[in-house]
Amino acid sequence: MIALVDYRAGNLTSVRKALAAVQADVFTPEQPEQLSKASGIIVPGVGHFAATRNLDRSWVEAVLDSLGEGKPLLGICLGMQWMFEGSDEAPDLPGLGLFAGRCYRLRASGPSEASQPLKIPHVGWNNLAFRREDSIVEGVPEGSQVYFTHSYVAPITGDTVASTEHGETFASVVQRGQVAGVQFHPEKSGEVGLRILRNFVQLAG
Amino acid sequence: MLSKRVIACLDVRDGLVVKGINFEGLRSAGDPAELARRYNIEGIDELVILDITATIERRRAFADTIHAVARELFIPLAVGGGIRTEDDAAAAVEAGADKVGINTAALSNPDLITTLAGRYGSQAVIVAIDAKRAGSGFAVYARSGQAAANRDAVEWAREAEERGAGEILLTSIDRDGTKVGFDCEMTAAVSKAVSIPVIASGGAGGLEDFVDVFTRGAADAALAASIFHYAETSVHALKQHLQQRGIPVRL
Repeated sequence: MIALVDYRAGNLTSVRKALAAVQADVFTPEQPEQLSKASGIIVPGVGHFAATRNLDRSWVEAVLDSLGEGKPLLGICLGMQWMFEGSDEAPDLPGLGLFAGRCYRLRASGPSEASQPLKIPHVGWNNLAFRREDSIVEGVPEGSQVYFTHSYVAPITGDTVASTEHGETFASVVQRGQVAGVQFHPEKSGEVGLRILRNFVQLAG
Repeated sequence: MLSKRVIACLDVRDGLVVKGINFEGLRSAGDPAELARRYNIEGIDELVILDITATIERRRAFADTIHAVARELFIPLAVGGGIRTEDDAAAAVEAGADKVGINTAALSNPDLITTLAGRYGSQAVIVAIDAKRAGSGFAVYARSGQAAANRDAVEWAREAEERGAGEILLTSIDRDGTKVGFDCEMTAAVSKAVSIPVIASGGAGGLEDFVDVFTRGAADAALAASIFHYAETSVHALKQHLQQRGIPVRL
């Protein structure tokens, strides 16, 4: 059973619907201790990094305990950013620190006469360029497009599985062992997104 | 590279998709869920469901229609029409909308933009602007194009962004349903004045109209209804054409 962590960072209806479409059993834990019932954990979320404040120490410990037991963890969008050391969006709040580096804001092109101004937030369908293979993107073809909506990004590191470009190159899929993150919204990314969710559900067994 | 989005709009009344010419003279174009399914297979990037009579008749967008469309669709879904309060927006989100579009209510109560952005995030808030040319500017209208708002589209789009809007849906009342092409001047004026994405709407007739609005109009996305509903242009054929013309799309 997959635990979908609700920390009031956006609506979870779409994620629930997509997980149902890949035949996953999902529950939303009320208390951190309930993560012990899960075979895998998804931390979704959209919006401001400050929302991760709701994931307090008891949640952090429960998530880390689950990881210690070998359960897979998937962060989506803000959930992925939370797995890094922190974000410039809320500098005082620490992230989980499972991935090295801090999240930072994409740079807009600024006021200009450019015929095609670079818009921030980065909203819409963009390419995945793979740097290496890993289980979370198994069966996802190179160049697949997925749906993004965000202003902050995670840096490219050795954990980057795929990168995407919007004015600059940032990490769009990260994975190390049982821990994975996607900057885009697999629940809104058509068949490619469902494939990624299916991959995670299989990791969770 | 970020793709330009092609968005299909389902104007819904009494549970059926309809499309008017200049907001009048509606004719039925079918079942929303059926159309949504077809567009999804053809590769549409996003869907908008508009309850076109909701503002006038003060009805809320039909949750059943949203739910039926959202059930099998795994692409972004926006809902507009008749969303006047936070509760209206909540009902749309609960039914499966990823984004809500507000128009008349945003004009009369701009705080609603901030309230919704605070609750659901800016990415979930589309401010829809209906405008027509007025001298050298673009006059904004409320209540489905019926009431002058005494605002200029460029200035109102800037304010909407400051208040927390995540996207602007800009409809040309002059062009709506006419199939003579998007108002590229108006779209470019708004798109270059804000840093959030602008969806152009009103006037799509042929494939070149989309090329125009993505280049000259600097649109981030383009929305159309009737040319897709009556299968005059398939979404796939349109995207192939855009790609051939060097415009990044999702194929």
